[in-house]
Amino acid sequence: MSVSGDHSNSVFANVIQAPEDPILGVTVAYNKDPSPDKLNLGVGAYRTEEGKPLVLNVVRKSEQLLVNDPSRVKEYLPITGLADFNKLSAKLIFGADSVAIQENRVATVQCLSGTGSLRVGGEFLARHYHERTIYIPQPTWGNHPKVFTLAGLSVKTYRYYNPNTRGLDFEGLLEDLGNAPIGAIVLLHACAHNPTGVDPTSDQWEHIRLLMRSKGLLPFFDSAYQGFASGSLDADALSVRMFVADGGECLTAQSYAKNMGLYGERVGALSIVCKTAEVATRVESQLKLVIRPMYSNPPIHGASIVATVLKDRDMYDEWTVELKAMADRIISMRKQLFDALQARGTPGDWSHILKQIGMFTFTGLNADQVAYMRKEYHIYMTSDGRISMAGLSSRTVPHLADAIHAAISNVA
Amino acid sequence: MVEENLKLAYGENSDLIKEKRIAGVQALSGTGACRLFADFQKRFSPDSQIYIPVPTWVNHHNIWRDAHVPQNTFHYYHPESRGLDFASMMEDIKNAPNGSFFLLHACAHNPTGVDPTEEQWREISQQFKVKGHFAFFDMAYQGFASGDPERDAKSIRIFLEDGHLIGCAQSYAKNMGVYGQRVGCLRTVCDDKKQAVAVKSQLQQLTIPMYSNPPIHGALIVSIILGDPELKKLWLKEVKGMADRIIGMRSALRENLEKLGSSLPWEHITKQIGMFCYSGMTPEQVDRMTKEFHIYMTRNGRISMAGVNTGNIGYLANAIHEVTKSA
Repeated sequence: MSVSGDHSNSVFANVIQAPEDPILGVTVAYNKDPSPDKLNLGVGAYRTEEGKPLVLNVVRKSEQLLVNDPSRVKEYLPITGLADFNKLSAKLIFGADSVAIQENRVATVQCLSGTGSLRVGGEFLARHYHERTIYIPQPTWGNHPKVFTLAGLSVKTYRYYNPNTRGLDFEGLLEDLGNAPIGAIVLLHACAHNPTGVDPTSDQWEHIRLLMRSKGLLPFFDSAYQGFASGSLDADALSVRMFVADGGECLTAQSYAKNMGLYGERVGALSIVCKTAEVATRVESQLKLVIRPMYSNPPIHGASIVATVLKDRDMYDEWTVELKAMADRIISMRKQLFDALQARGTPGDWSHILKQIGMFTFTGLNADQVAYMRKEYHIYMTSDGRISMAGLSSRTVPHLADAIHAAISNVA
Repeated sequence: MVEENLKLAYGENSDLIKEKRIAGVQALSGTGACRLFADFQKRFSPDSQIYIPVPTWVNHHNIWRDAHVPQNTFHYYHPESRGLDFASMMEDIKNAPNGSFFLLHACAHNPTGVDPTEEQWREISQQFKVKGHFAFFDMAYQGFASGDPERDAKSIRIFLEDGHLIGCAQSYAKNMGVYGQRVGCLRTVCDDKKQAVAVKSQLQQLTIPMYSNPPIHGALIVSIILGDPELKKLWLKEVKGMADRIIGMRSALRENLEKLGSSLPWEHITKQIGMFCYSGMTPEQVDRMTKEFHIYMTRNGRISMAGVNTGNIGYLANAIHEVTKSA
């Protein structure tokens, strides 16, 4: 069948090619590179010592159970998603003994991983909350400003990272949040800040909490690394639980992409902790109205895997062991890289490699140094100097250390 | 997207596929595909509106509203005949400003089950050419309506033959039964390969801040089935099986009502196609169905034929007859 020749001008003839995503662009360039020494430290996905993606054993077991159960069907989930999954997810982040959960003050809806949870939460706030501005840390994950802008919020920033110390600009953070209008929304990375790996201490979190509550600032937590950062699910949820414990309200976006390795299945949850159970019920009803015209209901597969793991004591325990192993491997890479730089006498203070936490290290390398490392050493990272520790192995640490040493020595 | 997937919607020998003129992205089933198109329409044709048939799937209105695209309606269903109000529909198409965007159900219109005939589709397509209208097809039932995917895509084939650069939302929820996996696709036909690449990149600018990337599981299932000749054959058999069962229930329901001595016309049950039958029952009659007979359906009189089986059809026919016989 051929189309008749009339290629009338498309109504979308004015559409120009969008720029490539900078992070994915790193992988594209890496793939093109023929060098056997090449190293991809761009994308934030966990890799094993052998440089391979990892499907957790407990996930494989769970999938087998699901596939082998003949009573399972593929019917639509409710708009809010899988009920078990929602309850278990809330317990995971807020704690099994959470008063807010016991008092039915938490509205939880299954969403498409962290991104989907942030977007649904943002849309809800744009419609129903009196303050339309969200403050995001500087820097933050590249997709955050886009998500909230498309959700209908206006985006401002607050100081976060101090390049001189390669740590937290705590004074700047307090000042900026102190100057925010009453009631403004504030995005907080629950742990393992992306891209810097710099987290407030628990004292600093307490300080932030007091300031925010005194100004009625609404916390919106992005929890993408619970358990993956320190190896402890509870420790990585401390910031969130601190805020919930004071009886106040907050939003939390949860992702299972990294901590259960379910990346492409798109599994996450949005929880809104409210003052009363009655408010939570009404909030949930409005969340449904955001979701229905977006995609009707969320995908079943990934959430079913998570629910299967979380509700079975043995599988849960097995998961925590595998999770800790991933976190430990990354922590070990930090130590090895730090030691390698010390051994080479690389100029500068590299202790931030040990102090930062989570998947990423903000090296402090500038764009020229990053370009030099790509050209001379075939090492790929984003131009802000962020490296994914998950992409390293004992075998490749020396090569990276050599490259950093050379870049520091040769490029201003 | 796997080429087999494209062939299913656009035809085995489509030049459009060979020339890479189709911009496509995986979407969250039909809803996600429609919403993505609506968002894209808002961004790149900001002054446009969408013409939506009366009636249509309720969520269509929600989708374009949340995308902030103003809506208009066009005549579609003719209550008296329980068929297509073709004359009024063509009037509305003619009267719409040139270059308007129209939402069309490719087959098995939801909720009425009323589709234009092939001849009528050709006329609609011609009128669209005259007016330079943009056709956006929501195809949620390919294969599921008649049992033949080629036949169910006829409307799209006609528009493509006539040179229209259409948009199409595809869902695998019903025809592959992967409802909860959320598998679908949004595509637009472009002037050339370069534009298709540009459009695709811009579609991704809309999906990335919504969910970053789509869920893999259901899409893999569909890809594997369509990519394997044996599995694809099996699927075609199974989808025909589903369609045939529903068509069988339509015949049986009509027969039952006529046997019960109903004086009302019931041909529409077998003329309508797809999952739904627009019975013609009033909201009050529907309420009686629920209260007196514990039969649940939407108040617009829409029955999901998929819920009907040999075990309950007698009961259903009796209930319908009871609530309508005094009408």
